[in-house]
Amino acid sequence: MKTSKALAIPYIVWILIFTIIPLGLIVVFALTDSSGSFTLQNLFDMSTYMSVLFRSIFFAMIATIICLILAFPAAYIISRAKSFNQSSLIVLIMVPMWINFILRTYAWMKLLDPNGLINNFLGLFGIGPLNLINNAGAVILGMVYNYLPFMILPLYSVMVKIDQSVIEAAQDLGSSRLSLVRRVILPLSMPGISTGVIAVFVPSVSTFVISRMLGGGTNDLIGDIIESQFLGTSYNPHLGSAMALVLMVIVLFMMSLFNQFGNEEEGAMI
Amino acid sequence: MKNTIISLRNAVVEYDGVQILKSINLDIVDKQFVTLLGPSGCGKTTTLRIIGGFAEMASGELFFNGVKINNLPPHKREVNTVFQKYALFPHLNIYDNIAFGLRIKKLPEKEIAARVTEMLELVNMQGFEKRSINSLSGGQQQRIAIARALVNRPKVLLLDEPLGALDLKLRKEMQIELKRMQQDLEITFIYVTHDQEEALTMSDTVVVMKDGCIQQIGAPQDIYNEPINAFVADFIGESNIIDGIMRRDFLVEFAGKEFACVDKGFEPDELVDVVIRPEDIKVVPQYQGAIVGVVENCIFKGVHYEISVDSLGYKWIIHSTQSEEIGAIIGMNVTPMDIHIMHKSEA
Repeated sequence: MKTSKALAIPYIVWILIFTIIPLGLIVVFALTDSSGSFTLQNLFDMSTYMSVLFRSIFFAMIATIICLILAFPAAYIISRAKSFNQSSLIVLIMVPMWINFILRTYAWMKLLDPNGLINNFLGLFGIGPLNLINNAGAVILGMVYNYLPFMILPLYSVMVKIDQSVIEAAQDLGSSRLSLVRRVILPLSMPGISTGVIAVFVPSVSTFVISRMLGGGTNDLIGDIIESQFLGTSYNPHLGSAMALVLMVIVLFMMSLFNQFGNEEEGAMI
Repeated sequence: MKNTIISLRNAVVEYDGVQILKSINLDIVDKQFVTLLGPSGCGKTTTLRIIGGFAEMASGELFFNGVKINNLPPHKREVNTVFQKYALFPHLNIYDNIAFGLRIKKLPEKEIAARVTEMLELVNMQGFEKRSINSLSGGQQQRIAIARALVNRPKVLLLDEPLGALDLKLRKEMQIELKRMQQDLEITFIYVTHDQEEALTMSDTVVVMKDGCIQQIGAPQDIYNEPINAFVADFIGESNIIDGIMRRDFLVEFAGKEFACVDKGFEPDELVDVVIRPEDIKVVPQYQGAIVGVVENCIFKGVHYEISVDSLGYKWIIHSTQSEEIGAIIGMNVTPMDIHIMHKSEA
């Protein structure tokens, strides 16, 4: 008992130094002005960026929904494949994640460019060049591409535990494919769905790389604004901290709302 | 008049190039309790899965009430299955598990409630409606699995070793209950097991299988008393199987002696399997015995003693209500009626 507690100490110290204290600093910065005295002005100043905040949440929601729609059938098919194929497919999904995030997004810039690979290809058929980059669609595409594995993996890990005989039992009792998914697979996948939604939504809502590289300056997200308060021309760490704090509170609120909804779904079934 | 409800014709199943079922033909009589019996890997579960729609035949035909249903998906077949591992829905309570099939059929909730209640009574689980699956013992889960299948009023109920995970006493109770349900509901049960006693207890017809082939089909008494070959004899209860030579009709030689028997129609001097049930061997004083041997072991089995005897290198198993001293020399007798002569199996 004592040793196991002692083993936790490095972790606790780590969390303290790199999570708890910085979080405390964000709160302190958010509620002070440059002279260090208490103020709520930073929170009021945020109102300028309300539309950016809503755009960030909206884009992240769209990206999360698309990820869910793509990942659900993919994860199900993988979970029912032969075990050798399962591991190969999972590796294939992970491989892009071994390449640097910025490089991956940079590759999309080259693909979507008016002189890029896709437009060149379409040009062969006399189509285009199409406006594929520097718009909202490109930003959402970037989110979906980068964060899709975060949806597939938790869904897969839940689905692979669903006993094949439970699926056969549902078919035996008259389930068509659709009702099998609706009445059995979906409810049993709920824990994976809530993990996946959080894993996609949180990085999407706070990203600044994707929007900067694929958004063309007209689709800035809250992450871009926060970053510019620390590194950019409009240096103001107090306002930046306030925005980070508000974003964090909103995300936590939405997640707890979502989890509540998820639990009720399950609760109603049980 | 006995109606055939399910027929398999030349059913072949292959998996990774290996034949699991080697062209079997089987007719299931309506409203019977039919057991597919055999050791693991004999193809009995595969046969059941063909009927349920979960296994595909490489060739062959499956008829249900005379209609070919080879390609009918499981959810459209008028059969329901009780799975080996129960396969209850973990996210649903007991009521919703049983109601599952009826909800898919979009029956009115009132009728669903009536039928679920009726089923809970049938399996003696009244009052468990709101309980979760995880709060049940194995035996209770099995009852719910049976109720969940029967509530759909299938014409045929398929059971895949449903009692395998239960302890002996519970298993015996459930055997009797299953038989009662089958008789009360007047539907066909197709039951898969490797337990010969279970098969004999419940069945109207037993189908003995081995290596993807059907060995024998018959009533339990016929299978037990008149096994068609040494495999069936050995699988259905314990047997002494000895090499013998059929000298002529009604006379067989084994263990170095000639015995009168009731079998005929063999080639002269044909090599045969002689099968004698352990309970059919009488222990007598040495000088009265047709066969004489040394007691090697004597184990108490509850109802009887199991005595191992060595006679000139032949090993005999005897079931007797009386124990014998280890090392004692005893005589053994067997009546002509109890000597079963079988052609050597081809294998």
